[in-house]
Amino acid sequence: MKTAPDDVAVIKMYASREEIYPREASGRYASLRWLCVWLTQLVFYGLPWLQWNGRQAVLFDLAARKFYIFGIVLWPQDFIYLAVLLIICAYALFLVTAIAGRVWCGFACPQTVYTELFLWIERRIEGTRSARMRLARQPWSIQKIAKKTAKHTAWGTVALWTGISFVGYFTPIRSLLQEAAGLSLGPWEWFWVVFYSFATYGNAGWLREQVCKYMCPYARFQSAMLDKDTLVITYDTARGEPRSSARRVTDAPAKAATVNAAVATAAASPPPGDCIDCSMCVQVCPVGIDIRNGLQYECIGCAACIDACNSVMDKTGAPRGLIRYSSEHAMTEGWSIAQIRRHVMRPRVLIYSGLLLIIISVFFSSLFFRTQVKLDVIRDRGAFGREVEGGMIENVYRLQIMNTSEAPHRYRISVSGIDSIVLATPDEVMLDGASSRAVPVRVQVKRGQGKAGSNKISFVLQADDDPRLHVTESAVFLASKMP
Amino acid sequence: MSDFTSGFWNIFITVLTLVSIFGCGALLWSQSKHKVKLDADGVPVKTTGHVWDEDLTELNTPMPGWWMWLFYITIVFALIYLTLYPGLGTYAGKLGWKSSTAYQEELKKADAEYGPLFAKYLKQDLKTVAADPQAHLMGERMFLTYCAQCHGSDARGSKGFPNLTDHDWLYGGEPETIKTSILEGRNGVMPSMAAALGSDKDIKNVATYVASLSGVEGDPVKTVLGKAKFGACAACHGADGRGNQALGAPNLTDHIWLHGSADNPMEIIMESIRNGRNNKMPAFRDFLGEPKVHVLAAYVWSLSNEPGSEAQK
Repeated sequence: MKTAPDDVAVIKMYASREEIYPREASGRYASLRWLCVWLTQLVFYGLPWLQWNGRQAVLFDLAARKFYIFGIVLWPQDFIYLAVLLIICAYALFLVTAIAGRVWCGFACPQTVYTELFLWIERRIEGTRSARMRLARQPWSIQKIAKKTAKHTAWGTVALWTGISFVGYFTPIRSLLQEAAGLSLGPWEWFWVVFYSFATYGNAGWLREQVCKYMCPYARFQSAMLDKDTLVITYDTARGEPRSSARRVTDAPAKAATVNAAVATAAASPPPGDCIDCSMCVQVCPVGIDIRNGLQYECIGCAACIDACNSVMDKTGAPRGLIRYSSEHAMTEGWSIAQIRRHVMRPRVLIYSGLLLIIISVFFSSLFFRTQVKLDVIRDRGAFGREVEGGMIENVYRLQIMNTSEAPHRYRISVSGIDSIVLATPDEVMLDGASSRAVPVRVQVKRGQGKAGSNKISFVLQADDDPRLHVTESAVFLASKMP
Repeated sequence: MSDFTSGFWNIFITVLTLVSIFGCGALLWSQSKHKVKLDADGVPVKTTGHVWDEDLTELNTPMPGWWMWLFYITIVFALIYLTLYPGLGTYAGKLGWKSSTAYQEELKKADAEYGPLFAKYLKQDLKTVAADPQAHLMGERMFLTYCAQCHGSDARGSKGFPNLTDHDWLYGGEPETIKTSILEGRNGVMPSMAAALGSDKDIKNVATYVASLSGVEGDPVKTVLGKAKFGACAACHGADGRGNQALGAPNLTDHIWLHGSADNPMEIIMESIRNGRNNKMPAFRDFLGEPKVHVLAAYVWSLSNEPGSEAQK
């Protein structure tokens, strides 16, 4: 029965998620991803355990506002380094994206890495793709409950360990673990351990591709970095189409009932392509798309479909690379691999790399050459230059001295800029490692020297035991008018 | 909310907030479903039915359902929050939270942490505290925070604010006296003497005499005439002009001038006599508490005394 076209139906603007059961892919790119998982997680889980100078090697001590990174101690004043580091990360991401699309997403992004870990656990407990799908359809049974419980317990354990490791970057992990064992963590430590654990469990266990599709901001603007020479995962339509699920039966016409029918079939359809429509590329896809439909924003560039298709091509005897990293230009112009390579070095890539190189070298050289002492000079606001005994004009300053090194040092203060300028207060100050102190100092100049009004002077702080610990800071000396 | 003298604004804010929250919920509800046409086979079309520029249609690519639920959860959260915390006009919230009590709790927490440190020094004699290097650093830090605005980072004061590093004290330089000055504050009042002294000429004569007490040579005749009139000042500053620490009356015979002397001593002295002075040192007992003031007083005392030698006596 036909319905009149002006009938209406009510559709939902929000749909429930369709579960994706990615099939395990193996091959060159899968191995590469596992390598990335190992490297990133060894660093993430391992780093808080390293010791340096009798303290945790990497510790972001928010309460004391000091960041320890091996031999480097960063103070709030060094915030610029964090900003530059983030700029470096952003440029590196732009560069990599311009060259090879979303490889960051597919290989190194925490979302991918933890999803990979959680999927691995899921496979060990619930079995292969088809076994998992079967289990999902099954009614609840002891066996199903046991498997699900085991999976969530394993996920929870990994997630909890991730949460503890994360908090271990902000509060010493060794004492953190003892406190956690005795359930005596502070409220904030509890909150972040639980929060980060839950985030790991929820993101890698439940949300998975939805993070990439709906939440990740990078997914939304990465296309701005892509151009026609960017390497992206592409299905070679020219080679693959038309698909034929019965490729092995290409000699079917010979077996056809009548010669005429066979001739007719052969004439009607062009020669079949290499794609046998086995849908392996769809089954392995963690975001549940069909790469044969072309480049889609959901594609995280994980190359699982390449691995899957290559293994199928090996079986059918066709050459590999029906799905491969290629560029839009290469596809439309039919470029060779050498031509693609030649086009990697294009202005966009050169500019990104040049900027990146400059920022990185500036970052590391300034980090290396920075002195481990800081000085802020604050002139007393209330008082102008005042006259004191001996015909001297005096100004008062507060020197905020910060010893950002980890060793105690004795510093000598000196002042220059006007003839006969002297320090009227002790010129030595002792500071413990990683500590700061405000020191009031008085500076005197003979009456009549310097110009009336403001004079530029400079304070120099020099450690007694290390010529490298040396800092100069300019200030203003207010002299009164000549009588 | 006490700023709002009219009850209207409380109601206005409450209504506006609640209408906005429920409005968001209603909007969400109304937008979660959409009517579309059916195609020839009775299947709903895949577009939302929105058409622009004749043939540009919007595909219905639904958001995940949990996304919508997150919105609903925020609405529930907002309602719970507004029940527990103040946010709806004058309604105080079930938890009775106030920024002032939160501040007091933070203070209590800080006191619990640092209190023992100060309590240790409170038991000690001020001179002993002054000799303690850690107390010295603590005192220095507190001085720079609470005292330096008036007395300068170097404690040498400025015009109108006493120098704390010399041995000249308005109220006495004993450690206990300094502590009392900080705890209770001081109110230094010099009344206007214009009426008592008479003409401007008399004021000038007295000023000349006062200046001569600390060695500023002036007209000898005026000095003698001024000395005769100084009786009016002697009640506080003493017959010899050496001041009275019980009253906080400054010593006029040293070279120290609280209100300055460098530019024109005569003018400044005359101004003090003519108009009087009113100096106020605020009390710190309520603000800092005795334990902190104890450490602070020891530091201030040590500025003009060698703490080690005194403590051993």
